Amino acid sequence: MNSSQCTDKLDTFTLGPLEAGPACCDPQPAIQVRNLSLLYDGKAALDKVTLDIYQGCITALIGPSGCGKTSFLSAINRLTDLIPGCNVTGKILVHDQDIHHPDTHAQTLRRQVGMVFQKPTPFPLSIRRNLSLPLNEHGITQKTEVASITEHVLRDVGLWDEVHDRLDASALSLSGGQQQRLCIARALALKPQILLMDEPCSALDPLASGIVEDLICRLRGRYTIVIVTHNLAQARRIANYAAFFWVSGRAGQLIEFGRCQHIFESPSHELTAAYINGVRG
Amino acid sequence: MILSERNTLFRLILIDKLLIGILRAGAMLAALVMLLILFFLVDESWPVLSKLSIVRFIDDASWHPLEGAYNLMPMLSGTVLTSVGALLLTIPLSLASALFIVFYAPIHLATLYKRLIELLSGIPSVVFGFWGLTTLVPLINQWNPPGASLLAAILVLTMMILPTVTLTAYTALAAVPEELLRNAAALGLSRWGMIKGVALPAAKTGIAAGIILAAARALGETMAVLMVAGNVVQYPETLFDPVRTLAANIALETAYAMGDHRAVLFVSGLLLMLLVMVLSGMAGLLEKQRHA
Repeated sequence: MNSSQCTDKLDTFTLGPLEAGPACCDPQPAIQVRNLSLLYDGKAALDKVTLDIYQGCITALIGPSGCGKTSFLSAINRLTDLIPGCNVTGKILVHDQDIHHPDTHAQTLRRQVGMVFQKPTPFPLSIRRNLSLPLNEHGITQKTEVASITEHVLRDVGLWDEVHDRLDASALSLSGGQQQRLCIARALALKPQILLMDEPCSALDPLASGIVEDLICRLRGRYTIVIVTHNLAQARRIANYAAFFWVSGRAGQLIEFGRCQHIFESPSHELTAAYINGVRG
Repeated sequence: MILSERNTLFRLILIDKLLIGILRAGAMLAALVMLLILFFLVDESWPVLSKLSIVRFIDDASWHPLEGAYNLMPMLSGTVLTSVGALLLTIPLSLASALFIVFYAPIHLATLYKRLIELLSGIPSVVFGFWGLTTLVPLINQWNPPGASLLAAILVLTMMILPTVTLTAYTALAAVPEELLRNAAALGLSRWGMIKGVALPAAKTGIAAGIILAAARALGETMAVLMVAGNVVQYPETLFDPVRTLAANIALETAYAMGDHRAVLFVSGLLLMLLVMVLSGMAGLLEKQRHA
């Protein structure tokens, strides 16, 4: 699948096409990362990463395992707070707001910055409850409103037709691909501006993976998406920007960041070139 | 031939078969003992079960076994009331303790606290009874005599089943996958929102199984209850009235019971055993549901 197929999909998009968000790849930074270092129990996992992530675009983080991509992702929604012994230094601005500022509440931040994990993890509750739980937590309790958001996001992820007649069934009865789309819907229900995705397709079979990938393409423009992927072909297909991480010494470093085409076709760093071409990594 | 007698694989298979045989025999023996006990209970209670109608155990004027009055209901109510009372106190306390260990306490405190609860589970029931008799009963007596009462029994039972429920709830909560909690946190759920919305529902069958096991223990607990409950055969009107449970009754009267009286005691034993079997059956069903 190439990018033109992705664009075709926009016609079937329920929310209407790109005008919902700013034009894709209009380079306005949604996330500004400055000198981000991350230590686990004093051992550096990420060393001085400086990076802008542009609004409405899909930015792919690529690189070998253990180079800090997931740590980078978790630092953006401060999920790193939950890891004992994890120490984050440097600055991250999400929509010009410092996420480490004492006034920034982690729960509010995580509402703005949704996250989807590698392993589909629906809560062991009904499909409906999976979506209403986070909504209720954030003060959206009116039944009609919850129901309309539920339908809306399930349509968004293309799950509505498959599950609308069994919303009260356990979410665990869904297939792996459906579970992952439910998790994406769950993240979307909170109307985040940014979506972090940690290898969302890698636990899925190729067919389900393709469906999720199409879905990610459909979200382009409306959401700023940061996606970690080990699948270079996928990164190339869906991303507008790519950031290449590599382990040097013990800590992960950002080696190169740029437009996807540039990274894949004419990388400026020899490590990038070697990784892209499968010589190393 | 691959499986010649000199072949190591052949020898291993032989040893394996031997081990399976031993294990099977052990398991059969355990089940057999259980069946024998059941058989023994039915056999001993058969003289009255065949002679008297079951209605007599419900409808007789009172429990005066020497005069042929065999109403078990006051004692059954004593058993049920003490157990239900203890469960009502235990469930919130245990859940709070388990949640504290898993989600709130700093790691050192959590370990220490868990050790304490484990220690509590190892205290012999007679020691609880002793404590109840010498400390709890006089205290209640000061408040509302006579002291030896339904309330005392409930409190002592609570102390005894608290560790069971806490430790099973802890195990169930600690087994909630880390990813679920991370997902909940990533959705901006507060700690309490995460516990209420995700952790407790995910752990509920395990917690329920622990509660049922504790209920079974409470129903059958004899010594500690006997020491603090006052053992008057009556329907208690308040928490401060003495009660007698079925298990305590058996312990109190077996020594001198003869004939029909003795057989009726075995009937009450059978009744207790059936109650516990129903409860453990429910626990088994819950386990199955959890793994389904």
